[in-house]
Amino acid sequence: MNIEARQLLGEQKARATIIDVDIHPKASVEDLRPFLSQRWWDHLQTYGTRGRQGFAKGFPYPKSQPLASRRDSWPPGGGLPASDLDFMRRQHLDFYGIEYAIMNPLSPTGQGDQNDEFSAAMAFAANEFQLEGWNRRDPRLLASVVVAYEDGEAARAEIKRRAGDRRFAHVLLRSRTCELMGKKRYWPIYEAAQEAGFPVGVHVFGTSGRPASNSGWPSFYIEDMTEHASCCQAQVTSLIMEGVFERYPGLKIVMIEAGFAWLPALGWRLDKIWKRLREEVPHLRRSPSEYIRDHLWVSTQPMEETENPEHLLDLMNWVGWDRFMFASDYPHWDFDDPLVALPPALDEARRTKIYSGNARALYRFA
Amino acid sequence: MAGHIVATVDQIPPGQRKLVEVGGRAIVVYNLGGEFFALNNRCPHRGGSLADGIQTGLVESTMPGQYNCSRPGEMVKCPWHGWEFDIRTGKSWCDPSRLRIRQYPVSVRPGSRLVEGPYVAESFPVRLEDDYIVVEA
Repeated sequence: MNIEARQLLGEQKARATIIDVDIHPKASVEDLRPFLSQRWWDHLQTYGTRGRQGFAKGFPYPKSQPLASRRDSWPPGGGLPASDLDFMRRQHLDFYGIEYAIMNPLSPTGQGDQNDEFSAAMAFAANEFQLEGWNRRDPRLLASVVVAYEDGEAARAEIKRRAGDRRFAHVLLRSRTCELMGKKRYWPIYEAAQEAGFPVGVHVFGTSGRPASNSGWPSFYIEDMTEHASCCQAQVTSLIMEGVFERYPGLKIVMIEAGFAWLPALGWRLDKIWKRLREEVPHLRRSPSEYIRDHLWVSTQPMEETENPEHLLDLMNWVGWDRFMFASDYPHWDFDDPLVALPPALDEARRTKIYSGNARALYRFA
Repeated sequence: MAGHIVATVDQIPPGQRKLVEVGGRAIVVYNLGGEFFALNNRCPHRGGSLADGIQTGLVESTMPGQYNCSRPGEMVKCPWHGWEFDIRTGKSWCDPSRLRIRQYPVSVRPGSRLVEGPYVAESFPVRLEDDYIVVEA
Protein backbone atom coordinates (compact mmCIF):
# COMPACT_ATOMS: atom_id res chain seq x y z
CA MET A 1 0.00 0.00 0.00
CA ASN A 2 2.83 2.32 0.85
CA ILE A 3 4.52 1.68 -2.47
CA GLU A 4 1.28 2.09 -4.38
CA ALA A 5 0.60 5.44 -2.78
CA ARG A 6 4.05 6.73 -3.70
CA GLN A 7 3.74 5.56 -7.26
CA LEU A 8 0.80 7.86 -7.73
CA LEU A 9 3.05 10.76 -6.89
CA GLY A 10 5.84 9.57 -9.16
CA GLU A 11 3.63 9.37 -12.19
CA GLN A 12 2.49 12.95 -11.76
CA LYS A 13 5.98 14.26 -12.47
CA ALA A 14 7.93 14.09 -15.67
CA ARG A 15 10.61 11.50 -15.28
CA ALA A 16 14.13 12.79 -15.59
CA THR A 17 16.98 10.50 -16.48
CA ILE A 18 18.88 9.95 -13.26
CA ILE A 19 22.43 8.91 -12.59
CA ASP A 20 22.78 8.36 -8.86
CA VAL A 21 26.41 8.67 -7.79
CA ASP A 22 26.00 7.37 -4.24
CA ILE A 23 24.18 4.24 -3.18
CA HIS A 24 25.24 1.71 -0.55
CA PRO A 25 24.48 -1.90 -1.38
CA LYS A 26 25.15 -4.07 1.63
CA ALA A 27 27.34 -7.16 1.55
CA SER A 28 27.89 -9.59 4.39
CA VAL A 29 31.29 -11.00 5.30
CA GLU A 30 29.98 -14.32 3.95
CA ASP A 31 29.47 -12.62 0.59
CA LEU A 32 33.16 -11.72 0.53
CA ARG A 33 34.36 -15.18 1.52
CA PRO A 34 34.76 -16.58 -2.01
CA PHE A 35 37.13 -13.73 -2.79
CA LEU A 36 39.30 -13.98 0.31
CA SER A 37 42.18 -16.42 0.66
CA GLN A 38 41.92 -19.01 3.40
CA ARG A 39 44.56 -17.10 5.29
CA TRP A 40 42.56 -13.87 5.39
CA TRP A 41 39.24 -15.61 5.95
CA ASP A 42 40.73 -17.33 8.98
CA HIS A 43 42.17 -14.02 10.13
CA LEU A 44 38.78 -12.37 9.81
CA GLN A 45 37.09 -15.18 11.73
CA THR A 46 39.70 -15.18 14.48
CA TYR A 47 40.55 -11.53 14.95
CA GLY A 48 37.85 -9.64 13.10
CA THR A 49 38.34 -6.19 11.70
CA ARG A 50 40.31 -3.46 13.45
CA GLY A 51 39.15 -0.06 12.39
CA ARG A 52 40.87 3.00 13.74
CA GLN A 53 38.42 3.70 16.50
CA GLY A 54 37.87 2.51 20.06
CA PHE A 55 35.22 -0.10 19.40
CA ALA A 56 35.82 -3.50 17.86
CA LYS A 57 32.27 -3.46 16.48
CA GLY A 58 29.76 -0.80 15.67
CA PHE A 59 30.12 2.91 15.11
CA PRO A 60 31.96 5.54 17.16
CA TYR A 61 28.60 7.31 17.42
CA PRO A 62 25.31 5.43 17.61
CA LYS A 63 23.23 6.33 14.56
CA SER A 64 19.80 7.89 14.78
CA GLN A 65 18.17 4.94 13.07
CA PRO A 66 19.23 1.27 12.89
CA LEU A 67 22.21 0.87 10.53
CA ALA A 68 21.75 4.55 9.67
CA SER A 69 19.07 3.41 7.25
CA ARG A 70 15.62 4.53 6.22
CA ARG A 71 13.17 2.63 8.34
CA ASP A 72 11.28 1.59 5.24
CA SER A 73 14.38 0.13 3.56
CA TRP A 74 14.51 -3.19 5.42
CA PRO A 75 13.61 -5.81 2.82
CA PRO A 76 10.27 -7.51 3.56
CA GLY A 77 11.92 -10.86 2.90
CA GLY A 78 14.56 -10.28 5.57
CA GLY A 79 18.17 -9.17 5.50
CA LEU A 80 19.78 -5.78 5.87
CA PRO A 81 18.84 -2.61 3.97
CA ALA A 82 20.10 -2.66 0.37
CA SER A 83 21.14 -6.31 0.63
CA ASP A 84 18.27 -7.57 -1.54
CA LEU A 85 18.54 -6.63 -5.21
CA ASP A 86 14.87 -7.23 -6.01
CA PHE A 87 13.68 -4.98 -3.23
CA MET A 88 16.28 -2.35 -4.06
CA ARG A 89 15.03 -2.37 -7.64
CA ARG A 90 11.44 -2.00 -6.50
CA GLN A 91 12.12 0.70 -3.94
CA HIS A 92 14.83 2.65 -5.71
CA LEU A 93 16.33 1.68 -9.08
CA ASP A 94 13.10 0.95 -10.95
CA PHE A 95 10.94 3.22 -8.84
CA TYR A 96 12.90 6.30 -9.88
CA GLY A 97 14.05 4.98 -13.23
CA ILE A 98 17.75 5.16 -12.32
CA GLU A 99 19.94 4.82 -15.40
CA TYR A 100 23.16 4.14 -13.49
CA ALA A 101 23.94 4.01 -9.79
CA ILE A 102 27.45 4.11 -8.44
CA MET A 103 28.00 1.76 -5.53
CA ASN A 104 30.08 3.09 -2.68
CA PRO A 105 30.32 0.14 -0.29
CA LEU A 106 31.09 1.21 3.26
CA SER A 107 31.37 -2.07 5.14
CA PRO A 108 32.65 -4.69 5.12
CA THR A 109 35.41 -3.35 2.92
CA GLY A 110 38.48 -3.33 5.15
CA GLN A 111 39.05 0.36 4.39
CA GLY A 112 41.04 2.03 7.13
CA ASP A 113 41.80 -1.25 8.88
CA GLN A 114 44.92 -1.20 11.06
CA ASN A 115 46.26 -4.27 9.31
CA ASP A 116 47.39 -3.03 5.89
CA GLU A 117 47.63 -6.41 4.20
CA PHE A 118 44.27 -7.49 5.52
CA SER A 119 42.83 -4.14 4.42
CA ALA A 120 44.11 -4.73 0.89
CA ALA A 121 42.73 -8.29 0.80
CA MET A 122 39.32 -7.08 1.96
CA ALA A 123 39.31 -4.25 -0.58
CA PHE A 124 40.00 -6.75 -3.37
CA ALA A 125 37.18 -8.99 -2.10
CA ALA A 126 34.77 -6.05 -1.83
CA ASN A 127 35.55 -5.15 -5.44
CA GLU A 128 35.06 -8.70 -6.70
CA PHE A 129 31.75 -8.91 -4.89
CA GLN A 130 30.55 -5.64 -6.39
CA LEU A 131 31.05 -7.24 -9.78
CA GLU A 132 29.71 -10.70 -9.00
CA GLY A 133 27.01 -9.87 -6.48
CA TRP A 134 25.64 -6.71 -8.06
CA ASN A 135 26.95 -5.55 -11.44
CA ARG A 136 26.65 -8.96 -13.09
CA ARG A 137 23.03 -9.17 -11.95
CA ASP A 138 22.16 -5.57 -12.77
CA PRO A 139 24.58 -3.68 -15.04
CA ARG A 140 23.10 -0.36 -13.96
CA LEU A 141 25.04 -0.84 -10.73
CA LEU A 142 28.58 0.39 -11.25
CA ALA A 143 31.36 -0.45 -8.87
CA SER A 144 33.85 1.67 -6.97
CA VAL A 145 37.47 0.66 -6.79
CA VAL A 146 37.67 0.15 -3.04
CA VAL A 147 41.28 0.59 -1.97
CA ALA A 148 43.30 0.13 1.21
CA TYR A 149 44.04 3.84 1.16
CA GLU A 150 46.34 3.93 4.18
CA ASP A 151 48.79 1.84 2.16
CA GLY A 152 49.45 3.84 -0.98
CA GLU A 153 51.24 1.08 -2.87
CA ALA A 154 48.54 -1.50 -2.11
CA ALA A 155 45.97 1.00 -3.31
CA ARG A 156 47.96 1.61 -6.47
CA ALA A 157 48.06 -2.11 -7.20
CA GLU A 158 44.29 -2.43 -6.83
CA ILE A 159 43.65 0.57 -9.07
CA LYS A 160 45.99 -0.84 -11.73
CA ARG A 161 44.13 -4.15 -11.53
CA ARG A 162 40.84 -2.41 -12.32
CA ALA A 163 42.16 0.06 -14.89
CA GLY A 164 40.24 -0.09 -18.16
CA ASP A 165 37.35 -2.02 -16.59
CA ARG A 166 34.28 0.06 -17.40
CA ARG A 167 32.27 -1.67 -14.70
CA PHE A 168 34.18 0.53 -12.23
CA ALA A 169 33.30 4.22 -12.06
CA HIS A 170 35.80 5.70 -9.63
CA VAL A 171 38.29 5.02 -6.87
CA LEU A 172 36.73 5.19 -3.41
CA LEU A 173 38.32 6.81 -0.38
CA ARG A 174 36.78 7.79 2.94
CA SER A 175 37.20 11.34 4.15
CA ARG A 176 38.71 10.58 7.55
CA THR A 177 42.17 9.40 6.65
CA CYS A 178 45.09 8.94 9.06
CA GLU A 179 46.92 11.93 7.67
CA LEU A 180 45.75 14.80 5.51
CA MET A 181 45.01 13.68 1.98
CA GLY A 182 47.61 15.84 0.31
CA LYS A 183 50.44 13.96 2.05
CA LYS A 184 52.94 11.99 0.06
CA ARG A 185 51.80 8.60 1.37
CA TYR A 186 48.58 8.98 -0.65
CA TRP A 187 50.17 10.12 -3.90
CA PRO A 188 50.33 6.63 -5.42
CA ILE A 189 46.52 6.62 -5.30
CA TYR A 190 46.26 9.85 -7.26
CA GLU A 191 48.94 8.85 -9.73
CA ALA A 192 47.29 5.52 -10.45
CA ALA A 193 43.81 7.04 -10.66
CA GLN A 194 45.02 9.66 -13.12
CA GLU A 195 46.74 7.04 -15.21
CA ALA A 196 43.67 4.80 -15.24
CA GLY A 197 41.33 7.72 -15.93
CA PHE A 198 39.34 7.15 -12.75
CA PRO A 199 38.00 10.08 -10.74
CA VAL A 200 38.65 9.71 -7.01
CA GLY A 201 35.50 9.70 -4.88
CA VAL A 202 35.92 10.82 -1.30
CA HIS A 203 32.94 9.62 0.73
CA VAL A 204 32.49 11.08 4.18
CA PHE A 205 33.09 9.05 7.34
CA GLY A 206 35.75 6.46 7.96
CA THR A 207 37.83 6.38 11.10
CA SER A 208 41.20 8.07 11.20
CA GLY A 209 42.20 7.07 14.71
CA ARG A 210 41.77 10.70 15.70
CA PRO A 211 38.82 12.60 17.09
CA ALA A 212 36.50 14.07 14.51
CA SER A 213 37.31 17.57 15.73
CA ASN A 214 40.62 19.31 16.34
CA SER A 215 39.69 19.64 19.99
CA GLY A 216 38.76 16.10 20.89
CA TRP A 217 35.77 13.86 20.63
CA PRO A 218 32.37 15.50 20.18
CA SER A 219 29.60 14.19 22.40
CA PHE A 220 26.83 13.72 19.88
CA TYR A 221 26.07 12.07 16.55
CA ILE A 222 24.72 15.43 15.37
CA GLU A 223 28.24 16.82 15.80
CA ASP A 224 29.75 13.82 14.02
CA MET A 225 27.44 14.53 11.06
CA THR A 226 28.14 18.25 10.99
CA GLU A 227 31.89 17.85 11.31
CA HIS A 228 32.19 16.50 7.76
CA ALA A 229 32.21 20.09 6.56
CA SER A 230 35.35 20.90 8.54
CA CYS A 231 37.07 17.59 7.75
CA CYS A 232 36.46 18.02 4.04
CA GLN A 233 37.68 21.62 4.11
CA ALA A 234 40.92 20.43 5.66
CA GLN A 235 41.24 17.69 3.03
CA VAL A 236 40.58 19.98 0.07
CA THR A 237 43.00 22.52 1.50
CA SER A 238 45.66 19.86 1.96
CA LEU A 239 45.27 18.57 -1.60
CA ILE A 240 45.74 22.08 -2.92
CA MET A 241 48.58 23.18 -0.63
CA GLU A 242 50.63 20.03 -1.04
CA GLY A 243 50.62 20.64 -4.76
CA VAL A 244 48.75 17.45 -5.58
CA PHE A 245 46.86 19.08 -8.44
CA GLU A 246 50.08 20.46 -9.89
CA ARG A 247 51.63 17.04 -9.66
CA TYR A 248 48.59 15.23 -11.07
CA PRO A 249 46.85 17.73 -13.33
CA GLY A 250 44.40 15.12 -14.56
CA LEU A 251 43.18 14.30 -11.05
CA LYS A 252 39.44 14.67 -10.49
CA ILE A 253 38.08 14.57 -6.95
CA VAL A 254 34.41 13.93 -6.16
CA MET A 255 33.36 14.93 -2.66
CA ILE A 256 30.52 12.59 -1.77
CA GLU A 257 27.94 13.32 0.93
CA ALA A 258 29.95 16.25 2.24
CA GLY A 259 27.46 19.01 1.49
CA PHE A 260 28.85 22.00 -0.37
CA ALA A 261 27.79 25.25 1.31
CA TRP A 262 31.22 25.38 2.93
CA LEU A 263 33.02 25.27 -0.39
CA PRO A 264 32.55 28.89 -1.57
CA ALA A 265 33.55 30.23 1.86
CA LEU A 266 36.64 28.03 1.78
CA GLY A 267 37.54 29.34 -1.66
CA TRP A 268 37.22 32.95 -0.54
CA ARG A 269 39.26 32.37 2.58
CA LEU A 270 41.99 30.46 0.77
CA ASP A 271 42.28 33.06 -1.98
CA LYS A 272 42.55 35.93 0.48
CA ILE A 273 45.28 34.27 2.52
CA TRP A 274 47.11 33.00 -0.55
CA LYS A 275 47.54 36.54 -1.81
CA ARG A 276 49.44 37.28 1.40
CA LEU A 277 51.31 34.03 1.90
CA ARG A 278 51.85 32.84 -1.65
CA GLU A 279 55.61 32.62 -1.26
CA GLU A 280 55.19 29.89 1.38
CA VAL A 281 53.68 27.61 -1.26
CA PRO A 282 55.33 28.75 -4.48
CA HIS A 283 54.44 25.45 -6.15
CA LEU A 284 50.89 26.75 -6.45
CA ARG A 285 50.74 28.44 -9.80
CA ARG A 286 47.13 29.54 -9.55
CA SER A 287 44.81 30.80 -6.85
CA PRO A 288 43.46 28.05 -4.58
CA SER A 289 39.89 28.54 -5.79
CA GLU A 290 40.99 27.83 -9.35
CA TYR A 291 42.15 24.39 -8.28
CA ILE A 292 38.80 23.86 -6.60
CA ARG A 293 36.92 24.82 -9.73
CA ASP A 294 39.08 22.67 -11.99
CA HIS A 295 39.50 19.53 -9.91
CA LEU A 296 36.50 19.20 -7.61
CA TRP A 297 33.03 17.79 -8.14
CA VAL A 298 30.38 17.41 -5.44
CA SER A 299 27.45 15.09 -4.93
CA THR A 300 24.18 16.80 -4.11
CA GLN A 301 23.09 14.85 -1.06
CA PRO A 302 22.82 16.08 1.64
CA MET A 303 21.86 19.44 0.24
CA GLU A 304 21.90 22.29 2.68
CA GLU A 305 18.38 23.56 3.29
CA THR A 306 18.61 27.34 3.48
CA GLU A 307 15.71 29.39 4.82
CA ASN A 308 15.96 31.66 1.83
CA PRO A 309 16.03 29.52 -1.35
CA GLU A 310 18.05 32.19 -3.13
CA HIS A 311 20.96 31.60 -0.78
CA LEU A 312 21.26 28.00 -1.89
CA LEU A 313 21.21 29.03 -5.54
CA ASP A 314 23.94 31.61 -4.91
CA LEU A 315 26.13 28.94 -3.33
CA MET A 316 25.51 26.55 -6.20
CA ASN A 317 26.30 29.28 -8.66
CA TRP A 318 29.75 29.75 -7.12
CA VAL A 319 30.50 26.03 -7.14
CA GLY A 320 29.40 25.84 -10.76
CA TRP A 321 26.46 24.16 -12.45
CA ASP A 322 28.68 21.62 -14.15
CA ARG A 323 30.05 20.39 -10.80
CA PHE A 324 26.98 18.90 -9.09
CA MET A 325 25.99 15.29 -9.47
CA PHE A 326 22.81 13.88 -8.05
CA ALA A 327 23.19 11.40 -5.20
CA SER A 328 20.48 9.69 -3.16
CA ASP A 329 22.56 7.94 -0.48
CA TYR A 330 20.08 5.05 -0.64
CA PRO A 331 19.30 3.32 1.75
CA HIS A 332 20.59 5.65 4.43
CA TRP A 333 18.34 7.76 6.61
CA ASP A 334 19.45 11.04 5.10
CA PHE A 335 18.38 9.78 1.67
CA ASP A 336 17.44 12.37 -0.96
CA ASP A 337 14.37 11.61 -3.06
CA PRO A 338 15.13 12.49 -6.70
CA LEU A 339 11.60 13.75 -7.19
CA VAL A 340 11.91 16.53 -4.65
CA ALA A 341 15.59 16.92 -3.78
CA LEU A 342 16.60 19.72 -6.11
CA PRO A 343 15.53 23.34 -5.58
CA PRO A 344 12.28 23.97 -7.48
CA ALA A 345 13.68 27.18 -8.97
CA LEU A 346 16.23 25.36 -11.13
CA ASP A 347 15.55 25.51 -14.83
CA GLU A 348 15.33 22.41 -16.95
CA ALA A 349 18.85 22.67 -18.37
CA ARG A 350 20.41 22.81 -14.91
CA ARG A 351 18.24 20.02 -13.58
CA THR A 352 19.30 17.81 -16.46
CA LYS A 353 22.95 18.52 -15.83
CA ILE A 354 22.68 17.70 -12.15
CA TYR A 355 20.51 14.61 -12.58
CA SER A 356 22.65 13.06 -15.27
CA GLY A 357 24.62 15.31 -17.60
CA ASN A 358 27.49 16.17 -15.28
CA ALA A 359 27.98 12.57 -14.19
CA ARG A 360 27.77 11.37 -17.77
CA ALA A 361 30.54 13.77 -18.73
CA LEU A 362 32.77 13.09 -15.73
CA TYR A 363 32.44 9.30 -15.84
CA ARG A 364 32.31 9.19 -19.63
CA PHE A 365 29.11 7.16 -19.71
CA ALA A 366 27.75 6.54 -23.16
CA MET B 1 -15.49 16.14 1.17
CA ALA B 2 -17.11 12.79 1.62
CA GLY B 3 -17.05 10.48 4.60
CA HIS B 4 -15.09 7.32 3.95
CA ILE B 5 -15.36 4.28 6.14
CA VAL B 6 -11.78 3.11 6.49
CA ALA B 7 -11.78 0.51 9.28
CA THR B 8 -13.66 -0.91 12.19
CA VAL B 9 -12.62 0.47 15.54
CA ASP B 10 -11.28 -2.97 16.46
CA GLN B 11 -8.86 -2.89 13.56
CA ILE B 12 -6.84 0.00 15.01
CA PRO B 13 -6.30 -0.66 18.72
CA PRO B 14 -4.82 2.04 20.98
CA GLY B 15 -1.18 2.72 20.09
CA GLN B 16 -1.63 1.31 16.59
CA ARG B 17 -1.97 2.90 13.20
CA LYS B 18 -3.32 1.94 9.82
CA LEU B 19 -2.46 3.17 6.35
CA VAL B 20 -5.54 3.58 4.18
CA GLU B 21 -6.24 4.96 0.76
CA VAL B 22 -9.06 7.41 0.36
CA GLY B 23 -9.81 8.82 -3.06
CA GLY B 24 -6.27 8.18 -4.26
CA ARG B 25 -4.73 9.74 -1.17
CA ALA B 26 -2.65 7.78 1.31
CA ILE B 27 -3.86 8.60 4.80
CA VAL B 28 -2.54 7.16 8.05
CA VAL B 29 -5.00 6.78 10.92
CA TYR B 30 -3.62 6.70 14.48
CA ASN B 31 -5.33 5.60 17.66
CA LEU B 32 -3.97 7.53 20.65
CA GLY B 33 -5.64 6.03 23.73
CA GLY B 34 -9.00 5.73 22.02
CA GLU B 35 -8.84 9.02 20.11
CA PHE B 36 -8.39 8.78 16.37
CA PHE B 37 -6.32 11.09 14.19
CA ALA B 38 -6.03 10.97 10.40
CA LEU B 39 -2.97 12.49 8.73
CA ASN B 40 -1.77 12.65 5.17
CA ASN B 41 0.82 9.89 4.93
CA ARG B 42 3.28 12.02 2.98
CA CYS B 43 5.88 13.77 5.10
CA PRO B 44 5.74 17.49 4.22
CA HIS B 45 9.53 17.74 4.42
CA ARG B 46 10.65 15.42 1.62
CA GLY B 47 7.89 12.89 1.16
CA GLY B 48 8.70 9.90 3.37
CA SER B 49 5.84 7.54 4.24
CA LEU B 50 4.87 8.38 7.82
CA ALA B 51 3.16 5.04 8.34
CA ASP B 52 6.64 3.49 8.23
CA GLY B 53 7.94 5.81 10.94
CA ILE B 54 8.14 4.96 14.60
CA GLN B 55 5.88 6.55 17.19
CA THR B 56 7.78 8.09 20.04
CA GLY B 57 7.12 10.30 23.02
CA LEU B 58 8.09 13.89 23.40
CA VAL B 59 11.43 14.57 25.04
CA GLU B 60 11.92 18.15 26.17
CA SER B 61 14.42 19.99 28.28
CA THR B 62 14.02 23.08 30.43
CA MET B 63 17.80 23.37 30.69
CA PRO B 64 20.80 21.16 29.88
CA GLY B 65 20.86 18.21 32.22
CA GLN B 66 17.12 18.22 32.84
CA TYR B 67 14.99 16.09 30.58
CA ASN B 68 11.32 15.44 30.57
CA CYS B 69 9.65 12.64 28.64
CA SER B 70 5.92 12.88 28.10
CA ARG B 71 3.11 11.90 25.77
CA PRO B 72 4.38 8.41 24.87
CA GLY B 73 3.45 7.36 21.35
CA GLU B 74 2.02 10.75 20.38
CA MET B 75 4.85 11.83 18.10
CA VAL B 76 5.69 10.24 14.76
CA LYS B 77 9.23 10.32 13.39
CA CYS B 78 9.54 10.25 9.62
CA PRO B 79 11.33 7.03 8.55
CA TRP B 80 13.66 8.99 6.28
CA HIS B 81 15.06 12.13 7.87
CA GLY B 82 13.65 11.74 11.34
CA TRP B 83 11.49 14.88 11.43
CA GLU B 84 9.13 14.71 14.44
CA PHE B 85 5.45 15.52 14.11
CA ASP B 86 2.75 15.84 16.75
CA ILE B 87 0.08 13.33 15.78
CA ARG B 88 -2.60 15.41 17.54
CA THR B 89 -1.91 18.57 15.53
CA GLY B 90 0.15 17.46 12.54
CA LYS B 91 2.70 20.15 13.35
CA SER B 92 6.41 19.48 13.08
CA TRP B 93 8.34 20.03 16.28
CA CYS B 94 11.17 22.09 14.79
CA ASP B 95 9.24 24.25 12.33
CA PRO B 96 5.57 24.06 13.39
CA SER B 97 4.32 27.08 11.49
CA ARG B 98 5.74 26.10 8.12
CA LEU B 99 5.90 22.33 8.15
CA ARG B 100 2.76 20.54 9.18
CA ILE B 101 1.00 17.45 7.99
CA ARG B 102 -2.46 17.83 6.56
CA GLN B 103 -5.07 16.48 8.95
CA TYR B 104 -8.46 15.07 8.03
CA PRO B 105 -11.55 15.03 10.26
CA VAL B 106 -12.11 11.57 11.67
CA SER B 107 -14.97 10.20 13.73
CA VAL B 108 -16.35 6.95 15.08
CA ARG B 109 -19.84 6.02 13.89
CA PRO B 110 -22.01 3.06 14.76
CA GLY B 111 -22.77 0.73 11.89
CA SER B 112 -26.47 1.27 12.43
CA ARG B 113 -26.13 4.83 11.17
CA LEU B 114 -23.71 4.14 8.38
CA VAL B 115 -25.80 1.61 6.51
CA GLU B 116 -28.18 4.44 5.65
CA GLY B 117 -25.47 6.41 3.81
CA PRO B 118 -24.14 8.68 2.37
CA TYR B 119 -20.91 7.09 3.48
CA VAL B 120 -18.51 5.32 1.16
CA ALA B 121 -17.37 1.86 2.18
CA GLU B 122 -15.24 0.51 -0.62
CA SER B 123 -13.64 -2.52 0.83
CA PHE B 124 -15.86 -4.22 3.36
CA PRO B 125 -19.50 -4.69 4.33
CA VAL B 126 -20.88 -2.60 7.16
CA ARG B 127 -22.55 -4.46 9.98
CA LEU B 128 -25.09 -2.87 12.26
CA GLU B 129 -23.48 -4.05 15.47
CA ASP B 130 -19.94 -2.70 14.81
CA ASP B 131 -18.37 0.74 15.23
CA TYR B 132 -16.49 2.28 12.31
CA ILE B 133 -13.83 4.90 11.74
CA VAL B 134 -14.90 7.50 9.21
CA VAL B 135 -12.43 9.88 7.57
CA GLU B 136 -13.66 13.00 5.82
CA ALA B 137 -11.52 13.57 2.76
